[in-house]
Amino acid sequence: MPQVMDADRMSRALTRIAHEVLERNRGVDELALVGIRTRGVPLARRLARALKDINGDDVPTGALDITLYRDDLMRHAVGPQPLVRRTEIPFSIDDRKILLVDDVLYTGRTIRAALDALIDFGRPRAIQLIVLVDRGHRELPIKPDYVGKNLPTSLRQSVQVRLQEIDGSDEIVIEGEP
Amino acid sequence: MTRTMDRTGAGRLETAPAPRLRSRHLLGIEGLAADEITLILDTAEAMKEIAARPIKKVPTLRGRTVVNLFFEPSTRTRTSFEIAEKRLSADTLSIATATSSVTKGETLLDTVRNLEAMAPDMIVMRHGSSGAPHLLARMCRSAIINAGDGMHEHPTQALLDAFTIREHKGRLSGLKVAIIGDLLHSRVLRSNALLLQTMGADVWACGPATLMPAGVAGLGLSPTTSVDAAVDGADVVMLLRIQHERMHGHFFPSIREYFTLFGMTPARLRRAKPDVIVMHPGPMNRGVEIDSDVADGASSVILEQVSNGVAVRMAVLYLLAGS
Repeated sequence: MPQVMDADRMSRALTRIAHEVLERNRGVDELALVGIRTRGVPLARRLARALKDINGDDVPTGALDITLYRDDLMRHAVGPQPLVRRTEIPFSIDDRKILLVDDVLYTGRTIRAALDALIDFGRPRAIQLIVLVDRGHRELPIKPDYVGKNLPTSLRQSVQVRLQEIDGSDEIVIEGEP
Repeated sequence: MTRTMDRTGAGRLETAPAPRLRSRHLLGIEGLAADEITLILDTAEAMKEIAARPIKKVPTLRGRTVVNLFFEPSTRTRTSFEIAEKRLSADTLSIATATSSVTKGETLLDTVRNLEAMAPDMIVMRHGSSGAPHLLARMCRSAIINAGDGMHEHPTQALLDAFTIREHKGRLSGLKVAIIGDLLHSRVLRSNALLLQTMGADVWACGPATLMPAGVAGLGLSPTTSVDAAVDGADVVMLLRIQHERMHGHFFPSIREYFTLFGMTPARLRRAKPDVIVMHPGPMNRGVEIDSDVADGASSVILEQVSNGVAVRMAVLYLLAGS
């Protein structure tokens, strides 16, 4: 299983994204980070730290669970319901620019669900999408604003993002035949 | 192949099998294992946050129909189920027997078969006869949720009580829980006793000897007629309503005597742990089983129980909708 990103490169990719966020938004005023559970949440926290290191200001950070908004819920006749975990957005998203963070961008269906979920919390001024990996194969008209790494894949492959906070180490590996 | 794969397409393999409810109905706490109870309580924790949003609604049960069929009067439970269903975007309707064909002599089974012909997905049911939802579960296609059957079980009440206790104490195991009041007619006692013991709590049952059900020790409870013994060192004091409507005899001389001997007063409550919480499934009879100073006091979590009821019922509806 080839490793396509190690801890150092992941850290540099996140730092670069933080700079791009600052450049595009001219600072962190009115910005907030929202990570999509599971691995988007630690990534959002790391980006908040990177933004603070560069700019000195705290960026409010939240966690979004999209399970209840999935488009494949109830479509399977058998099998347990996916686990629902807490959404924690401890600030108003009204008139803020929301940086939505996920680990892997694939079909775009998770992001579609996340957009629906976010809109239920208010009316943000804008939503920008940050992903660590874009592996292609979109099924919906969704495009990331900031990408850690573009990774062409085949449908037979799977991309695994591992993060220190959850998996004990930082790396991205790609599995399966191309 | 787990469904986590569908979400991200990242192909993460789950190491442990995903927890799930093993029945498609919720007929009682009896038969629920500790991991199923924990799954419901954890899911309810996530559901609770939805009540704090500006838009208190998620699209999860869009296109599902839930019928609330109440053969006994209920305000709290029925409202709570209705709100839970609406917050999950289910189409919902409530039938109270006073306005239904039951008053024209239709049998329970015929009523439900007619409802089923209109293809609901779930039926939430309260009935005065113990075992009525179990009968329907055998005869019907819909998932059945028991919202209280006679003197038998009231599973969602026990689940919301456990949720409230867990929120305050962080755990259920090892807690001393004193349940005081009309034990004989109480489905809340039965469901709570089963649940709390499955989760490892020490449950005491206290009431007049005339209201002590036969076989209470068989439930694994510590029975006592002494309120002081029950309350002593308790983490949780749960009071049960004196159910006049189910009493077809004289179980104690007078309401005043009951209050004198068993009513929860601030003085009696002082024997419990300083951080004791006081619970009541409602409706309360102030000055019978509970003094107003306790009901409205700092230890009371009675209204939190009501708020938590919505989250717990959302969790149950969600988890059963997938099966």
